[in-house]
Amino acid sequence: MSMQPTFLITDLLFFGLTLGLISFVFVVRKRPHLSRPWSQVLKSTTGSVSLMILLFYYAIALIDSVHFHPRVAQATESQYQYSSEVHSLLDVLMTPMRSRMEKTFSAPLATHSFAKEMMQNESGQMQRDYPRLNYAGAHLTQPEDEKVADIISISLIASARALSYWALIWLSILWLYSRRQQRSLTLIFKQILKAQTAYPLRAIAFTSALLMLLTVISMQLGQHYHLFGTDKVGQDVFYQAVKSVRTGILIGVLTTLITLPLAILLGALAGFFRGWLDDLIQYIYTTLNSIPHVLLIAAAVLLLQVYMSGHADDFDSLTERADLRLLFLCLILGITSWTGLCRLLRAETFKLREMEYIQAAEAFGVSKFKILMRHVMPNFMHIVIISVVLDFSGLVLAEAVLSYINIGVDPSMNSWGNMINQARLEMARDPVVWWSLSAAFIFMFTLVLFANLFADVVRDALDPRIVRGER
Amino acid sequence: MSAYIIRRMLYAIPILIGINLITFILFFVVNSPDDMALMQLGSKHTTELQIEDWKRERGYHLPLLYNTEQSGLGAVTETIFYQKSAKLFVFDFGSSDSGRDIGYDISQRMWPSLALAIPTLLVGLLVTITLALTIAFFRGTYIDYWAVIICVALISISSLFYIIGGQFLIGKLLKIVPISGFDTGLHALKFMILPVLIGIVGGIGSNTRWYRTIFLEEINKDYVRTARSKGLSEQVVLFKHVLRNALIPILTGVVVVLPLLFMGSLLTENFFGIPGLGSYTIDAINRQDFAIVRAMVFLGSVLYIIGLVLTDISYTLVDPRIRLS
Amino acid sequence: MTVRKISLALCCTGLFTFLVACSDQELNNPYRDNDSARSIIYSSFSERPKELDPVKSYNAGEYEFIAQIYEPPLQYHFLKRPYELVPLAAAKMPEKQFFDAQGAHLAEDVDPKQVAYTEYTVTIQSDISYQPHPAFSKDEAGEFRYHQLTATDLERINKLADFEMVASRILTAEDYVYQIKRLAHPNLHSPLAGLLSNYIQGFKDFRIDVLTQLDPQKSWLDLRQIAMTGVEVLDQQRYRIRVKGVYPQFIYWLSMPFFAPIPWEADRFYAQQGMAERNISFDWYPVGTGPYMLTENNPNLRMVLSKNPNFHGELYPTEGEPSDLDNGLLADAGKPLPFVDRIEFSLEKESIPYWNKFLQGYYDTSGISSDSFDQSVELNSRGEFGLSDEMIERDIKLSSAVATSLYYLGFNMLDPVIGGDTERARLLRRAISIAVDYDEFISIFRNGRGEPAQGPIPPGIFGFEEGQAGINPYVYDWQKDALKRKSIEQAKQLLSAAGYANGIDQKSGKPLILYFDTVSRGADSKALLNWMVKQFAKLDIQLVIRTTDGNRFMDKLDKGTFQIYQLGWNADYPDPENFFFLLYGPNSMALSKGQNYSNYQNPEYDQLFDKMKAMENSPQRLRIIQEMNAIVRADAPWVWSFYPKQYSLNHTWYKNVKPNLMANNTFKYRRVDAAKRAQMRKEWNDAVLWPVYVLFVVLLLSIVPAVISYRKRELARGL
Repeated sequence: MSMQPTFLITDLLFFGLTLGLISFVFVVRKRPHLSRPWSQVLKSTTGSVSLMILLFYYAIALIDSVHFHPRVAQATESQYQYSSEVHSLLDVLMTPMRSRMEKTFSAPLATHSFAKEMMQNESGQMQRDYPRLNYAGAHLTQPEDEKVADIISISLIASARALSYWALIWLSILWLYSRRQQRSLTLIFKQILKAQTAYPLRAIAFTSALLMLLTVISMQLGQHYHLFGTDKVGQDVFYQAVKSVRTGILIGVLTTLITLPLAILLGALAGFFRGWLDDLIQYIYTTLNSIPHVLLIAAAVLLLQVYMSGHADDFDSLTERADLRLLFLCLILGITSWTGLCRLLRAETFKLREMEYIQAAEAFGVSKFKILMRHVMPNFMHIVIISVVLDFSGLVLAEAVLSYINIGVDPSMNSWGNMINQARLEMARDPVVWWSLSAAFIFMFTLVLFANLFADVVRDALDPRIVRGER
Repeated sequence: MSAYIIRRMLYAIPILIGINLITFILFFVVNSPDDMALMQLGSKHTTELQIEDWKRERGYHLPLLYNTEQSGLGAVTETIFYQKSAKLFVFDFGSSDSGRDIGYDISQRMWPSLALAIPTLLVGLLVTITLALTIAFFRGTYIDYWAVIICVALISISSLFYIIGGQFLIGKLLKIVPISGFDTGLHALKFMILPVLIGIVGGIGSNTRWYRTIFLEEINKDYVRTARSKGLSEQVVLFKHVLRNALIPILTGVVVVLPLLFMGSLLTENFFGIPGLGSYTIDAINRQDFAIVRAMVFLGSVLYIIGLVLTDISYTLVDPRIRLS
Repeated sequence: MTVRKISLALCCTGLFTFLVACSDQELNNPYRDNDSARSIIYSSFSERPKELDPVKSYNAGEYEFIAQIYEPPLQYHFLKRPYELVPLAAAKMPEKQFFDAQGAHLAEDVDPKQVAYTEYTVTIQSDISYQPHPAFSKDEAGEFRYHQLTATDLERINKLADFEMVASRILTAEDYVYQIKRLAHPNLHSPLAGLLSNYIQGFKDFRIDVLTQLDPQKSWLDLRQIAMTGVEVLDQQRYRIRVKGVYPQFIYWLSMPFFAPIPWEADRFYAQQGMAERNISFDWYPVGTGPYMLTENNPNLRMVLSKNPNFHGELYPTEGEPSDLDNGLLADAGKPLPFVDRIEFSLEKESIPYWNKFLQGYYDTSGISSDSFDQSVELNSRGEFGLSDEMIERDIKLSSAVATSLYYLGFNMLDPVIGGDTERARLLRRAISIAVDYDEFISIFRNGRGEPAQGPIPPGIFGFEEGQAGINPYVYDWQKDALKRKSIEQAKQLLSAAGYANGIDQKSGKPLILYFDTVSRGADSKALLNWMVKQFAKLDIQLVIRTTDGNRFMDKLDKGTFQIYQLGWNADYPDPENFFFLLYGPNSMALSKGQNYSNYQNPEYDQLFDKMKAMENSPQRLRIIQEMNAIVRADAPWVWSFYPKQYSLNHTWYKNVKPNLMANNTFKYRRVDAAKRAQMRKEWNDAVLWPVYVLFVVLLLSIVPAVISYRKRELARGL
């Protein structure tokens, strides 16, 4: 065994949450009244395409959450020594990109450094020129002439591979499907191509092809080049951007772990029992809501730093500390964001309580707890889901802003906010170093855009009161 | 009405006490007075004696919440909490940890913040309402569809990118306005163009989308159908009926944020070097000047509560059916 | 409606073009229009100065202002190197005399051990007077006009300029003594108070006297009435300071604003009730005798220094280093200072706008301390500069100097693993010294702006040796007239000799894990920490990084709960004592809360230090310094990281720039060619307006299809 698995706290929570989501899917599938709005989501092209892309991001985050200590190479045979560093499965998959450090900046797909340096040329004279990069394009002898052809050929081969994988997977799925449906494969093909299927299979197939192409090409090119260039210390920007996916997803997802219990419990209690309990809960959330959120987060993050420096020995590595800070950030973001949902749920419970069937249940002497669990909570779940989906993108964006004020995730952690924070200084360079910023922009924009689109579709599907214009 | 306002104000008091307690606990657990002294005095050649002097002068030598050495009322009043918090309620913010009077600073820095926030809000409202109305007019067409997508795309861009990009493009490449800075009086105009523009563009996505929904909600109401069935032109329907009625939720939504305009924008002010309250707050966070941060938290909370009251009042003004009780 | 819209848009475009056309000023000029031809220096500050009171101020950002305003007795010569003290407000250099315990006068060359105290007599010039200030203003009866202000008097006062009458006064020796007493005042928290109480006679007692006489009812305590034994006014122009024992470095302090004169009238004036609430205090309104005075003090926006009309006059130095003549630094020799009427400091917190404004010609210099400007300049490993093409085209000049500061990676000598006087620990430290490759660090993180350090003494300080004589033989070899870092194999050998072969403790069989404590500083620190881990990984040592905030970090140093840390030190004055004392045993953190954070103790070194400290610069002193260097290099309590190089970029119209790391009052030497600047700004800032017009056209065009489809729908409805 060449590794020792390890679990960070956020990993465990993330896995737990994933299991929860999967079981939620199973529960929903079995109940037609619950699954109806969701199948409506999936039937919309925007909905299913966004969901696919979100799932793709989610998968990256999942792979990046499988952590382990790699073995130290020099250890004696009798006993294995494990490094205190923590790597993830994603690191292994992206190994050449993680470990190949250039000296400093280089442009995307460049073979030469971004800055001139004094070098000795063949005749032994000193001369200022752009030095070759250590790794990118190292297999080329005449990079100026060969680079473009090399990149094209790598991409073409990669595309061919990607498309064949893709075709293989789709064919086998469709074949199984046709066997089950007892319909001919060609008929199914025709239907898909003409977009006559119940679910937008054509769009899904197209999106999956695109994702497959992008993944394989970038992985292949990443073996030989720096796809998005390198940063100040020569680290691959593409690698950083991909590693940041986990941070973004986790902030968006784990925060709900804090928000939901608080909001659901307190909202339902306040709306159901009223009286002094209602007053108290209202007081709590009005108070919390009145404090400017940024300031509250700043204070809390400073507090955490104090705690961590006071208990420095409890943390084995920087990764663990950064992880705890991430968790804490989720916690504090959750504390500042549950109030809105809580208010909505309180109002909804208020309304539900007046409903005849609940009045009836009360009259029959059903216990209040049971009424809450059986009749109230399931009936406001759509509000919870809509709010969770809507909040997700806002949380991802908030991370960037917080990192800018230095109260976001740990500076040692890969995150888009940290990338932007670092890269904005580079915009003053001449010529401009634009790739770090662009990479962060592209990755973040894609996630947030599709999260927003998905949220719209979900809201339209789950909230029957929504206005949908005159389509 | 006035009785209602007074009641709301009284209701605000326990909330403010709660806020004070939360921030106080947060800030004093974070940094002990010793730390503050060390930071303000600098660490080169600093002795224990100097730290004691500093704490005594600033009133940080008292116990935090309860003074065991004092009896009776003194046990509560002779504490840092009482000394530092009670005065906030009469808006006496005291002096910052570095020795400047906070109230004076706030009164000075409020104006640049307002100079930035008010044009952004007004012009932004004008632009987004126009856009939303146009989109609502073309509802159901491809224009509507793509406009909504573009809005969502605009929302998906981090505000940091708007600022960095705008500064880079307009300030550096096109050289149309100064990249950053501020000046007093009318001279401030040339500095305000870019941040206001960025503020507006940054808000277009979410506001347009929101206002569009409000307009559509209004368009689908019965009275609009009646108006249309009377043979009124679409123009008249939109402007006379829909716009007027939709303005109620839009404007009441604006009223909530009005008081908070004082607080300024954290990011924009910092990037453009505008000496408003937003950059004041960020500076305080970075320098860990907790007296200022506490004052700003308090101010922000008060303004938020005022905003809520104003909203309620504005509801009754525009809709006489709602009674304040 | 459409026609109206289009005509409105056309009007807007027209108005915009008109505005652009009629202003002959650059559109992006951040300053007021009529200032461009005036002799003004445009500079910036990134953080508002906390204190401008010379008793408290102790950082470069604040000195940038107050050093132009306050005049201590001495200053550093602008051009000469090594740094040399010359009189500023003093008429001549202070006279120094030694005395024994009985008060008997001793000879110059006496053994320092016999000396009980040293007396410095400072004579100041007789023709210096203060800048105009209301505190000096007297009414017809000869009473101070503003010393008995009541609450009603102050009602309409918000800033100092609201006092109508101003006056001045001749500078006296008493003003200097008054300030020294202020340094001891317990409520003023001078950062120097701790240090001076060890040196100036009666400093501690004075503090107690003040405490007993402090009356909370009265706002002002007249320090002239309380005597300090060590400081004495001799007459109008002369005062005397009595320093315990021999402390030759004392004279350097006399060039710092701590020892500037403060008129008691101003102190009395500022101490009145109601002044502090209006921020009218020494912190915000300095009163000095220097070439400039602070005329606009808006720390949220702009600080402006203007020429002091009462300035006593000073001439540009006539001698300097040989190269100064070639560099045109002596072109103004003998001319009266200052050259520039105004210095405008604008608040600039973000570095991108700062840098861009510099490129656009709105700042005269890129500033020395900003790290983020390394972009434009590429330095290779041989220390040659290469300006980017754009810089060369704009004729931007670069000036650089190795700072009199040092960065180091310190070990905790009290730590059982890494510290201590055992051979094993010493070898481990030496191995690490080789492995942590600061040559690489300089080229990656500082873009070549630094020199690998060889010991505690940076260049420009007495005791620094260049070339082969000055290398650290435990880390470097001297090959082909160049430094060569020892190979990692050699470091590994040292490590195995220490019993940690392959990073595994041979005794316990456990891997060696070390802890690095550092202050986390935002975005850049991640790369830096990764780099650090990599350096230790070369030796198969696992480095665990513990980041904290500044306060906790100092706390850790205080408690000694750390292994490895990184710090820097800026020279207070150009004397080796100011660096060697960082390793002086009695000055250790554990013993006396001193600045020897590594808690390094070596009796031999301490003895040499005591000897070296009391000596004037001489070949004999150099020999002792060499011995001390040899000891600390062998013990390796620090990894000598690097001496930072500072540089600034200057526009061609900005004259008389020579980096002087000791002097802060250099604005008076600067000259600005305003006409040239106005011309260049015009050339560089031609606004690109076509995209704006294009945008207008696109907007107009996009209305057309909308209008068409609108018409169509209306028609369709009509049918």
